[in-house]
This record gives sequence, structure tokens and C-alpha cells, in this order.
Amino acid sequence: MSPLTQSLWVLLLGSLLGLELIGKVPPTLHTPLMSGANAISGITVLASLTLIQQAGDNTALLVIGALSLGFALYNVIGGFLVTDRMLAMFRRKGDSR
Amino acid sequence: MTFSMEAFTAAIDLAAVLLLALGIKGLSKVSSARGANALAALAMGLAVVGLLIEIRPDPIAWLWIAAGSAAGGLAGLVTARRVPMTAMPETVALFNGCGGMASLLVAMGVALFDGGKSDIVALVSIAVSVFVGAITFSGSIVAMAKLQGWLDTPGWTQSRLRHGVNISLAVLCLVSAVLLPGDPGGLPLWLLMGGSTLLGIGVTLPIGGADMPVVISLLNSYSGVAAAAAGFVVGSQLLIVAGAMVGAAGLILTQVMCTAMNRSLVSVLFGGALGASAGAVGGGGSEAGYTRITSCSAEECAMALEQAERVVFVPGYGLAVAQAQHSLRELAKLLESHGVDVSYAIHPVAGRMPGHMNVLLAEADVPYEQMLEMDLVNPEFPRTDVVIVLGANDVVNPQAKNDPTSPLYGMPVLEVDQARQVFVVKRSLGAGYAGINNALFEMPQTAMVFGDAKAVLNGLLSELRSMGVGKTKVTA
Repeated sequence: MSPLTQSLWVLLLGSLLGLELIGKVPPTLHTPLMSGANAISGITVLASLTLIQQAGDNTALLVIGALSLGFALYNVIGGFLVTDRMLAMFRRKGDSR
Repeated sequence: MTFSMEAFTAAIDLAAVLLLALGIKGLSKVSSARGANALAALAMGLAVVGLLIEIRPDPIAWLWIAAGSAAGGLAGLVTARRVPMTAMPETVALFNGCGGMASLLVAMGVALFDGGKSDIVALVSIAVSVFVGAITFSGSIVAMAKLQGWLDTPGWTQSRLRHGVNISLAVLCLVSAVLLPGDPGGLPLWLLMGGSTLLGIGVTLPIGGADMPVVISLLNSYSGVAAAAAGFVVGSQLLIVAGAMVGAAGLILTQVMCTAMNRSLVSVLFGGALGASAGAVGGGGSEAGYTRITSCSAEECAMALEQAERVVFVPGYGLAVAQAQHSLRELAKLLESHGVDVSYAIHPVAGRMPGHMNVLLAEADVPYEQMLEMDLVNPEFPRTDVVIVLGANDVVNPQAKNDPTSPLYGMPVLEVDQARQVFVVKRSLGAGYAGINNALFEMPQTAMVFGDAKAVLNGLLSELRSMGVGKTKVTA
């Protein structure tokens, strides 16, 4: 398999998995789920890191890479923390669910 | 050595994907949500460590990685700590926009400075990454500005002309993308970036505030797509699978939200703002539109509460703005100590985002069991003595059930008009997001209590205390 075909398979299977993961969501969780999924989409950090590594001594590329790493990490760290803050508020007395 | 190293990083990647999937799944159940969020964060950390082991950055790269991480991480930490719970929707939009910006930057960086990128796969991924990344960024920032109240819905965005403008922008993007291989890193790239940024603004700006949650969810899905495209650009399969997963899951969540609001995705995206079009017809919901309004004082309202056996509170955005959740909880406790059955009716889209009210009430320690979802609470209203609507409007409008000409018609609403007595706490008779009058306000069993939600609730508290309610239990 060529790398492209392989990547396309990965894309297809990843999408199908994503479609199956979420079925019914109680409205309570719409905001936290959106926020959590949003934090995960900050996984672009991986691309930023790769870009910085590939930059070598190209300063412009290093700056762009570091900038994008900053933006992506802002999304990741902020996203996960804020989701946790929201979810920490759902205290349940004798929760059975 | 190289083989075992490869196997090692591959195992880390697989574990990361598995944990991410479990994280997304767990986030859709109340009992597992918090752990699932931590799991997803762990997976993300694992993926980063795995990549760092694999690429072994040189000292110069480490320096830039440290700089970028410190800036982004610290800013994220501060934002997440400082932002008030009422501003959650805007915050998610802001984070989302930054994720889109990151994908955009990666693609631009590769296109501009990483020479020798001329094969068609790389160019297509760059075009997609720039296009989706820029739309995600500008769209999210517009969404944030609208939710913050920094941006209105300008009247001209409601004309049909906007479709023409947006279509032209889309065509511009498509043409630039097609021309990209001829001149990678040249004019077409900048046109593509500019066109996509404007398209993100052009598509988001006409959408009314009531539909913003759906838009943010959709943009969230886009940022997954942008991440997957960035994965193609740098050749990372982990990034592709994670991006695709978030993109697809975000799409499902968007659909779930649309269903909760009884809106179709197409009408949200292309229908324009509910209020702006309805305002032109219905007179914009100005005060002159009401003729039979009864208003009453906190004292009268307190007397009704003192007599009641069953009270339901309906929180809305007004409660969030007034930060009145703690006063509400205190009032509820006082009533409970008086033997009143208290619960809270949560409309799925009350506030500015689905689940907004749950989060807010949870912050004030309202027990989870007392927050009743619409389907559960609607059959209860006929046997409810007093309903207190706190800064909610469209979600309790009976026209959504009875009036086929209303723009709200068909939206599921809380049927508070079935209750014996309804008090509506509101600052003025101004219209809600939909920009239309609310027939509830003119019903014989309804009385308006004008004022800021927090001030009114505190007023009710002192009235009830002076009546001797809750004497047996001291509340601070």
C-alpha cells in the first residue's frame, strides 16, 4: 500500500469511528462534550512539533511552527481544563447512573 | 534498534488513539464524563511524548518548542482558570478558533518555506488545511464576538445578497486552490487564505445568537477536519485519525443539538437570524406590542410562594447575566425548609449554549436530581402551583405550540402556561433572541416582576424571611 492509500484508509476508518462514538447525549453534556472534543482537535500540536523539527535552521519556519504550537497548545490546555471545571460541578448525591 | 524504536512509537500511537476514542465516548455519559476528559488529556500527552521520541528534536528545535509551549500553555491555563462560567460558550469558540489558526499556520508554513512541495497530495492537503483552518478561525472569532455582545447582526447581512457574496468567495477559494500547483507559495495561496477567512466571517455573521451553539459545534467539527488535513500535510497518521474522529463526532453532536432545537442544519446555516427577519414583521418586539401586562411586586410574589406546595424555577440567560444562581439556590433552600417541593426546569437551549443552565446551577450546588429536562418536567406543570421564569423568554413562549405563523413554531418549549400561576422575572419587556413578543406575558395567570434577577431573588428572600418562612432552619 502506498503511504497515500494508507492515509486515506486511516481517514476513512477514523471518520467511521467518530460517527459511532457518540449516540445519545443528554443535553446537560452538550457543552462539556463540545468543549472536550474541541480540546482534542488541538491535536494539531503534533503537526506543529513536526514542522519545528523539519525547519532545520530556517528561522521563518521555526517562528511559524512555534506560533502554531502556541495556538494549538492554548486550545489543548485551555480546553481540557475548562471542560474539567465544568464537569467538576456536576456533583451528584447518591448517583446511581 | 530502529525497528524496536519504530514498534515502540507505533504502540504509543495506537494506545493514544484508543484512549482518545474511549475519552470521546465517555464524555457523552454523565457518570463517566470527568474521567473521560482526563483520559483524553492523558492520550494527548502520550501522543506528544510518542512523537517527541520519534522525531528527536535537536537543541534549536527544543528551544522553539519550549517557547511555543510556554506561551500557549500558560495562556491556556490562565484563561481556563479566570473565565467565568457564564462566558463558557464564548471561551469554547475562542479555543476552537485557535485550533483552526494552528492548522492554518502549519499549512502556510509548509507552503511558503518548505521548498520542494510540488506533489499533488501535499498541495491538496495544504489547500484543504488552509481553507478549513481559516474558516474555523474567522468563524469562531465572529461567533465569540457575537456571544460577547461585541458584534450585532447587521441588517445588511440578512439580505439575499449575502448568498451571492459568499458564493463568490467560495468560487474564489476554489479557483485559487486549483491554481495553487502552478505557483505554490505564491499569489493563489494568499488569495485562498484571504478568501477563506472572509468566507468564515460571511457565513457566521448573518446567523442569529440563538443558533450560535450549533454554529460553534459545527466549527468544532471543522477544526477536527483542519487537524486531519494538517496530518496529511506533515504525514502524521495519528493526526489524521484523531482529526477525523473529532470531525465526525462533532458532526453528530451538531445534529443532536439541531434536533434539540427543532432546527435543521441547513436552515441554521443559510436561513439567517430568526430575530432579524421576524423583527421586521412583528415590530421587533417593542414594548408597544404588549397590551395586557400585569406587573407585581416581590412581596406579592413572595406571598404566592409561601402558599405554594410545588414550585418550578425556569432559568434563562437573564439568570446567567445577573450571576443570580447562588441567590436562586438560597431561595430554593428556604422554600424547601418550608416544605415546598422545588425543582428546576431546564430547556435544552436555555442560555446561550445547550447545557449552559446545568453548568450554572451546578456551580451553585443545585442537586443534579432537581434539574429536570424538558420531557420530564412538561407533564408536571399542570400540577405546579407557582412557576418562576428567571430571564428566559423564547423557551417558554406558548406560540411555539399554538401559532403556526410564529417563527418559533415547532420549537419544543417548556409549557409553563399550564401552571396555576406564573411569575416572569425580567429586566424589561424586551424581546428574546427570536425578537418576537411572548404570549405568555399577557396570559391571565402571568405576572411580571421587573428587575434584575439577582435583585428580585434577594428581595424575595428577605420578604419570605420577614414572613417567618424557614424560621426553623437558619440559612446564612
